[in-house]
Amino acid sequence: MDRQNNILDYLDNIVNICPDKIAYANETDELSFKTVYENSRAIGTFLHNEGKYKEPVVVFMRKHPDTIVAFLGVVYGGCYYVPIDNEMPKHRIELIFQNLKPGAVICDESTIDSIKDFDYKGSVYSYNTIIKTPVNQDALDEIRDKAIDTDPIYIVFTSGSTGKPKGVVACHRSVIDYIETLSEVLEISEDTVFGNQTPLYVDACLKEIYPTLKFGAKTYIIPKELFMFPVKLVEFLNQYKINTVCWVVPALTLISGLGALEKVVPQHLHTIAFGSEVFPIKQFNIWRKTLPNARFINLYGPTEATGMSCYYIVDREFALDEAIPIGRPFKNTEILLLTDDNKLAEKGEQGEICIRGTSLTLGYYNDFERTSEVFVQNPLNTIYPELIYRTGDIGKYNDKGELMFVSRKDYQIKHMGHRIELGEIEMVMNQMDGIQSAACIFDNDKKKIIMYYVGDVTKADAINYCRDKLPRYMVPNLVEKLDVMPLTSNGKINRLALKEMYANR
Amino acid sequence: MEALLEILGELHPEIDFETHKSLIDDKILDSFDIITIIAEINDEYDVAIPAHEITPENFNSASALYELIERLKDED
Repeated sequence: MDRQNNILDYLDNIVNICPDKIAYANETDELSFKTVYENSRAIGTFLHNEGKYKEPVVVFMRKHPDTIVAFLGVVYGGCYYVPIDNEMPKHRIELIFQNLKPGAVICDESTIDSIKDFDYKGSVYSYNTIIKTPVNQDALDEIRDKAIDTDPIYIVFTSGSTGKPKGVVACHRSVIDYIETLSEVLEISEDTVFGNQTPLYVDACLKEIYPTLKFGAKTYIIPKELFMFPVKLVEFLNQYKINTVCWVVPALTLISGLGALEKVVPQHLHTIAFGSEVFPIKQFNIWRKTLPNARFINLYGPTEATGMSCYYIVDREFALDEAIPIGRPFKNTEILLLTDDNKLAEKGEQGEICIRGTSLTLGYYNDFERTSEVFVQNPLNTIYPELIYRTGDIGKYNDKGELMFVSRKDYQIKHMGHRIELGEIEMVMNQMDGIQSAACIFDNDKKKIIMYYVGDVTKADAINYCRDKLPRYMVPNLVEKLDVMPLTSNGKINRLALKEMYANR
Repeated sequence: MEALLEILGELHPEIDFETHKSLIDDKILDSFDIITIIAEINDEYDVAIPAHEITPENFNSASALYELIERLKDED
């Protein structure tokens, strides 16, 4: 390969090496690299014929291998893809359309009717029609020739704290940087068989889509329904010989927490990467005992730095009161741990996790104001312009020099004169037998700590456990038992939903 | 059966659980619902549903779910 400046170089290269190998599949359909290549180039040509260029193209399709082809097709056309999904609340899609003002939407049969429900006046294209477009090689060559590696590839929308979604714009350069180093850490090869869990409308699915193209690996899209039936889910992994997963922690604890690993063992699984939430050690140990020879890798990173920024390959036992480190930054990424006065934190001292490097995305689409709040000049560099991304996450280094995630900056509260991390209370509660998940919020007006938990434990026992383990000022003032912990689309505990629950109680 | 219908009714008031026979196939229930139902059944009937019984067949209708509960109670 010449010096790579475009993510499509992965596909252009691999299609010559293993054209007939299956790239993306689900339980009924499979697409070879050749099919992916031909269909996405047809879509690119179609967009060119329609005069669409350097603009957002919304991909509104069900979770299916075809959706990935549509993404790549948009990039062949010199545009950038914006994935949205039927599962998103209608209101959220409307907010996204308001921010984006898109001129083109690609639909499949499952969405082409529902697009009419939205206040959208632009073009609507049917996937099955546009993949029949005859490829115009000259046009695609010209688009490619003009493309540079800081051009956008996609926009994915994340929740904003104000409720207005933020569209994170990523370019070729940052995605290539991410895929190269991630693949090294996960030891991806042509033998890798991914089992995709995360939705295709979040950055998490980059981990499967692009390494598959880089190495000629294979990705199975696991039906969402299987994440209700843990034994069937493991059987699916075995049936398709899936050996690598990059899942959110709740997907893994669903399997271990409901006792599925006692019935059936994932036979081919050798690489388990996880992220989005702290992995409760009790659940983690069940996994590790079941698969003692597998590599377990904790990943950490914000959408704003393309995907993941830090990794830790589990190399030792963890006690119930420990947390798994987020470890160290990927190659070509630096973490600056900045204190409140913008100095580097000392060993053991807490600081905000800030990210420096090529992996930084371009910022938020059509929102210079919120971009400039978090993509800021590196305060340690007073000599020339250099951006860092402030994650709003608090971290510190442990005795081994490994980076530890402490909490979100916004969960750091002042209560009864003490600086408290709500995450610390959660970590203690998660160790209690019978607790599946615990989350705390803070009522700033009444100065109360409210804890929500899921598990087979009475409220009285939960509060007594806190009294045993925590200083008085950290014991929650109110405890509520839930059947299910609300999660965001990224698989994180939805603290905004908990706050609403508390406000409406 | 009444208590089970109440548990299900609270999750999806819009569904007639006495007649609906394809709760999974029609995507009425999602993974949050399943986890909730397992927890509520545990509280209400003191029955722990083992992992291999968490299947689409057992959750496709209220009657299938009730049969499962009865069967698990007998096994105790």
